[in-house]
Parts: sequence; structure tokens; C-alpha cells
Amino acid sequence: MPDPIIEVKNLVRTFGQRTVLRGISFNVEKGETLVIMGGSGCGKSTLLRHVVGTLRPTSGSIKLFGEEITTMTNTELAKFRLRCGMLFQSGALLQSLTVGENVALPLIENSRIDPKIAELVVRMKLELVGLTGFDHLKPAEISGGMKKRVGLARALALDPELLFSDEPTSGLDPIMTAVVDKLTLDLTKNLGMTAVVVTHDMVSAFRIATKMIMLGVGPRAGTLIAEGTPDEIRNHPDPEVQQFINGEPDGPVPLKLSQESYLQHLLQRPG
Amino acid sequence: MKDIFEFFRLSGEVLYWIFVGPFRGQRLKFSALFHQMVVIGVQAWPMAALTSLSVGLTLAMQAAHELSRFGATTLVPDLISMSLLRELGPLIVAVVVIGRSGSAVTAEIGTMKVSEEIEALEVMAINPVRYLVVPRFIAMLIMLPVLTIFGNCIGLAGGWIICVTSLDMSTMSYIRQIVETAQTFDLYSGLLKSTVFAWLIIIIACQTGLRVNGGAEGVGRATTSSVVVSLLAMLIANAVLTGIFFIS
Repeated sequence: MPDPIIEVKNLVRTFGQRTVLRGISFNVEKGETLVIMGGSGCGKSTLLRHVVGTLRPTSGSIKLFGEEITTMTNTELAKFRLRCGMLFQSGALLQSLTVGENVALPLIENSRIDPKIAELVVRMKLELVGLTGFDHLKPAEISGGMKKRVGLARALALDPELLFSDEPTSGLDPIMTAVVDKLTLDLTKNLGMTAVVVTHDMVSAFRIATKMIMLGVGPRAGTLIAEGTPDEIRNHPDPEVQQFINGEPDGPVPLKLSQESYLQHLLQRPG
Repeated sequence: MKDIFEFFRLSGEVLYWIFVGPFRGQRLKFSALFHQMVVIGVQAWPMAALTSLSVGLTLAMQAAHELSRFGATTLVPDLISMSLLRELGPLIVAVVVIGRSGSAVTAEIGTMKVSEEIEALEVMAINPVRYLVVPRFIAMLIMLPVLTIFGNCIGLAGGWIICVTSLDMSTMSYIRQIVETAQTFDLYSGLLKSTVFAWLIIIIACQTGLRVNGGAEGVGRATTSSVVVSLLAMLIANAVLTGIFFIS
């Protein structure tokens, strides 16, 4: 069995007094699509940032392509990043550049590619995400969903072996969601790309995932409460998992405080 | 203390990308450099001109008024050229550039930081210092001395207006006197000063911008602090340099 592409062991991260991730471990094999789920603010994006290497863990180990990245310098890390693409939640396009220049940026800055070829690649990648003809617009002139798709095109510009997406389908209409999901599926199935996707969209999650993990909230915040294939997750015994995937307002994750604690909270004096 | 360390660390990193980077296949982007030269320098000329003109005019008026009591109005051009080239020229232009270009750099980089653009650059294996700071640094180091020479000329022209209109001096004799009294060292010391100012201004501006956190409010706070710290650093550097050049 080949080494996993991503290997996370006992990842712990604290911000000041607050522990956001407490001992998270998982593996991702080549060609898999891992979906990370969990309630808002449970640390999904933080987890993703550690795996990409923009945040350093308090303790624990993260291996990408079999190499430990937590102790690497930024220069060493840069080499690995050429093999990865990342789509940010907000798109994170450079506002001063046009859509086309944004997609071309990783190509032009990291290789001595002919500008004409770069232009061709930009057109191909924009076509993939259904944005042909938008390359001359500035990010401020396009919608939020379009920005996200440009961000995806940019993440795919260097044909990465590993794609990280932070909520790729939020803010997209159902058709575009399907397009982006199909794109992820095509890339992983046909080209052997590995994908890690953070999402809240359950339809999309079950459509693309080959493996899912879920982070807990409340007392179990910062730990993995479920891990498995989509079928295993769908039939998971944990009521919190069931509440999450079925989108029920009440369950183990309470929407409202109980009557006593509500009164107590309400009448509490500040300070 | 940490800020001072950070200042030298960022300066070192910038120098690395300018002098060592090109040999490792990271060429300088001239289009980005020229764009920054226009934004930082060229677009600051009306403001620099207006301020320098005003300083030249008022300097000449004060000098004419005071020196006329001793019947020494012929020394007005000497006084103007010396104080402009040595002190006021570099200082005034630097103040204008801090207020207009330094703050803009901090706000721009700070906004990029807040909207995850800097992080996106890192993830794309593009070093933010190389991509963002280096072009701004070189542009500032070229444009501030250039603006200073330009401001000096405008300031001297301001002095000329007063000398010709109210002191009955001829244009020829004004120019001759300026050329005779002004020493090349006066000009060089002024230019050296403005180079040091440029270094301080741009590194402080970029450093404060890269450190922003906390949304739009953080960007506003960083911009204010960038202007205040730049001004202070520049005033201290000015006093030290004057001491080195003219006292010792």
C-alpha cells in the first residue's frame, strides 16, 4: 500500500486560552476526496490552514506526500505548494488584477512560461469553471459565486496533485454547484488528483466524497466525532452526526438554552 | 524593541530578494516597479510642488523681512538655497510622501491581508515580500530623491518670485548667487537624507500593513500608526543625519 498523500497525527492547536483542535488524526490516500464537515466555527477552516501550512500547529505531525511539513521553513514549504492548489472561502482574488491575470498569476510567477501559453491555459481553466469571456473584468465587477469559481480556476492553474477547497459551493446556484462537483469528481477520478473539501452542503458532500470526517461542537469541540465512507456516515449511530446530515434544528446540538439556564443567562449581571 | 528587530528583518529580506533572488530565477518585474513608481512618486508631484512652493515663498518672505533690518537682503538667496537643499526640501517632500504614499501602501497591503490575499499568495508559493514589498521599496528609493530634487527646484522658484518682485533683484543675479553659494555637498547631503527617509517610510509602511488583523478597523488603525511611526522615525533620522553631516 503506497504512503498516504496526507497524514495528520494528533494535531493540537491552541489560540491563547482557547484550544481549537485537540488531537486530530486522519489519512488521505491518492485519488480520494475527503470531505470535512462540522458546525460553523468548529475549526474546519483552521484544520485546513494547518494542512496547507499557513498555520503552524501547537503540537502534532502533518505529512504531505510523505514529508513532515510542520518543521519546514517557508522556502521548503514553497516547493510543496507548487503541487497543491487552494480555493479560499472568499475566493481571495487579488483585487488589483483582472480575472485573467489572477488565474495566470501562479503560472507567471512560478515558471518562465511564455505569456501566450499562459493566456491559453487561463482560457482553458476559465472554461472549466464556466467563465469564458470574463478574463478582462476586475474581481470587484463580478459576483461572489463567480469570484469563487475564478478562485477554483486559479487553484487549478498549475494542475495540482492536491486540491484544497474551503466551501467551494456556498453561494453558487444549484447548477453551478453541480458543475463544480462534477469538475472535482472528474479531476480525482480521471487524473488521480486528491481533494480535501470543507463544506456545509450535504448534497454536494455526499456527491463527491469518498471519505468523510466530522468535527464535533460543544463539549466535543475540536475532536473528530465520525470518520468513514459516505455510507458509513449516513448510517452513523452518533445522534449529533445524524442531526447534522439531516439538518434538524433540535437534537444533541441544542438550538436554544433550557428554561433554567436561559433565565440564569438573561438575569446575569454583566461583569 | 520587537518592531525595530522586525524592521531590520524585513529590510534584510527585501535586500535578499533584490540582490540574491534574481540569481535564483526570481526576476524583478519591471512592469510592477514602473506601476509603483507612478503611484508612489509621479502622482505625488502636485502635492510636493505645492508644498515646496509655499515653503520657498514663506522662507524668502521671512528672510527678506528679517535681513532687511540689517540691510543684508542680498543674502536672501543664500539663506533660501542652504535651508532648502540641506533641510527643508527633503523633510517637506518626505512628509508629503508619508501622508499620501506611505499611508496608501499600508492601507493597500493591510486590506490584502484582511481579505486573505496575502495568504493566497503564500499558498501559491509566491513570497509576499518579493511580490508586494520589493517593487514598492525600489520605487520609493528612486522616487523620493527625485521628488526631493523637483521640490528643491520649485522651492527655489518660490524664493525667486519674492526676490524679483519685492527685493528688486534681477533673475540673473538670483540664479548666479544660488549657483555660487550652493555647494554640491548641500545637495548630496539632502539627497542622502531623502534616501534614508525613503527606506524608513516604505519599510515601516509595508511592515505595518503586513501585520494588520481585525478587519476594516484594523486597517484604519494600522494606517494611522504607519503615518505616526514614519514621521517620528524620519524626524529622529533627520536630526541624527544633520548632526553627522554638519556638526562633526
